[in-house]
Amino acid sequence: MGMTYVQKLLARACGRPQAAVGEVVEPPVSLAMSHENGALVINQFNEIFKGTGLEPKVWDPSRIAIIFDHRVPAESSKTATNQKKIREFIQKQGIKKFHDIRGDSGGICHQILPENGYVRPGMVVVGTDSHTTTHGALGAFAFGIGATEMASVWALGNILNVEVPGTIKVVVKGRLPRGVYAKDLILHLVGKLTAEGANFKAIEFHGEAIREMPTSGRLVLCNMTVEAGATAGVVPPDEETQRYLREEAGVTDALDLFGPDADAVYDQVVEIDAARLEPQIACPHTVDNVKGIGEVAGKKVQQIVVGSCTNGRLDDLEVAAKILKGKRVADGTRMLVFPASWRIYSDALRMGYLRDLVQAGAVVCNPGCGPCLGVHQGALADGETALATTNRNFKGRMGNPNAEVYLCSTAVAAASALTGEISDPRGVL
Amino acid sequence: MATGKVVRKLGDDVSTDIIYPGRFMATVLPTETPQYAFADDAEFNRKLKAKEIAPGGFIVAGKNFGCGSSREQAASCIKGYELTVVARHFARIFLQNSINVGLQMVICPAIEAEEGHELEVREGKVWDLTTGKSFAIEPLPKARQAIIDAGGLIPYARRLVLERAGR
Repeated sequence: MGMTYVQKLLARACGRPQAAVGEVVEPPVSLAMSHENGALVINQFNEIFKGTGLEPKVWDPSRIAIIFDHRVPAESSKTATNQKKIREFIQKQGIKKFHDIRGDSGGICHQILPENGYVRPGMVVVGTDSHTTTHGALGAFAFGIGATEMASVWALGNILNVEVPGTIKVVVKGRLPRGVYAKDLILHLVGKLTAEGANFKAIEFHGEAIREMPTSGRLVLCNMTVEAGATAGVVPPDEETQRYLREEAGVTDALDLFGPDADAVYDQVVEIDAARLEPQIACPHTVDNVKGIGEVAGKKVQQIVVGSCTNGRLDDLEVAAKILKGKRVADGTRMLVFPASWRIYSDALRMGYLRDLVQAGAVVCNPGCGPCLGVHQGALADGETALATTNRNFKGRMGNPNAEVYLCSTAVAAASALTGEISDPRGVL
Repeated sequence: MATGKVVRKLGDDVSTDIIYPGRFMATVLPTETPQYAFADDAEFNRKLKAKEIAPGGFIVAGKNFGCGSSREQAASCIKGYELTVVARHFARIFLQNSINVGLQMVICPAIEAEEGHELEVREGKVWDLTTGKSFAIEPLPKARQAIIDAGGLIPYARRLVLERAGR
């Protein structure tokens, strides 16, 4: 029987001819990523070795990546102490894929991994972050795990008890119209599947709109597959994947490229006509509460956030700058911009995007997770409404349970910054 | 499993931001996380901290409990109060984290029980002793049961580390 992309990947990773849906496998891990929650991983890792008489040693330091992004620069002495503890561990264990708080190499983990060529097609990638699904955009089977699970990976080198997931095939026909982006597509899909519609399953993307989509957009799609509950999202690698890896990520070694079998069996097939999509908004307080922009246009917003691991890439900053250049962020609205990495920040600086944004009244912050999860900068006041290009709008998400968060594309965020209310970008592009 | 009262009833899609708000994520140790459990559900959080809620109680929830972040604090903070979560279904990462850290949880697709009701988990069912109704439990996959039987992922992984080292 034919296999889906993820089935095939897991079969290859485990060195066997087949991987049946529901079967439990324990594949070797190609890359294990953590951020500041590495502090808890270290604690649990040491616990595993307690009383064994063995020295706590990671299975392969070259396969571990640690990126500081959630609270950078540290917002408290507690975070600073966690970061210090992690640096000492990294030094001791000889971990080289470490991205500290630095303007020449830092950023958000889900941008750092792709842009440094750490992720390749066929890899099994785990991360102590639910948005690790992002890396399926490059043909990896990538998913989020907890800290204790990661401690076990660091000790053993494989991930225990992975059930081979069934797959939902999403076919996106046609082309995205002007003013409609990958973000609108994924919000539409999450709304359609619901927050648990893909629970314990993988989502595999196909169709003309995907083939024509640059990797930056595919990263957005896979990033948010977890919002439908998916274990992983994946775009089977194609020419664009190779272009990105060679030209943007500096990968020179051979790539292991394969696709799903033509007779693969899918749990469900979802077809979307890209040409009929309009800008989408996820309304409070769940990501699957998705509406067409027409239904929410006019809603007043006090804070606009552009950035994060979802929409903080160069093409996002470009569209925001294009909309805001020579104009002004509305009074009564503040606009915060968080590029996804310092490489992107530097490129946007060179292209003049940051200048255009700042001159329009936006505040450009350093790359990092920022206000997305309410831990660092950009908290909301009681009764305030935010419009953000981030990936979650749960109650309390932006640091205040008495505030509301709406999610949208970068173009919607920038167009709304001009008016101070949720606005359709198609009129200002 | 002994009997206990429903101490809190929650709806569908309870996110990890509700269980353990992101702003407390710098606190990581299982000994310290319970103080922030349901921090934005102020009255419940107060009762937990004041020990007005006895260990052995149940949180009853709808579908997709624990959706969102991979933060393990969401599982460890509930475990700290020795509560059991009975939900219609769980989000994947939360389910795995619960097993790994030893938080008691029960998948019970049709569960219906109100706060104050007395529950008992027995013979593959959750019994609401207050109403006399019972609800079938969905068993965990075998591979996950092995981790529970070992007392969590740390002892389970420890055994594997020792086996691989030939001890």
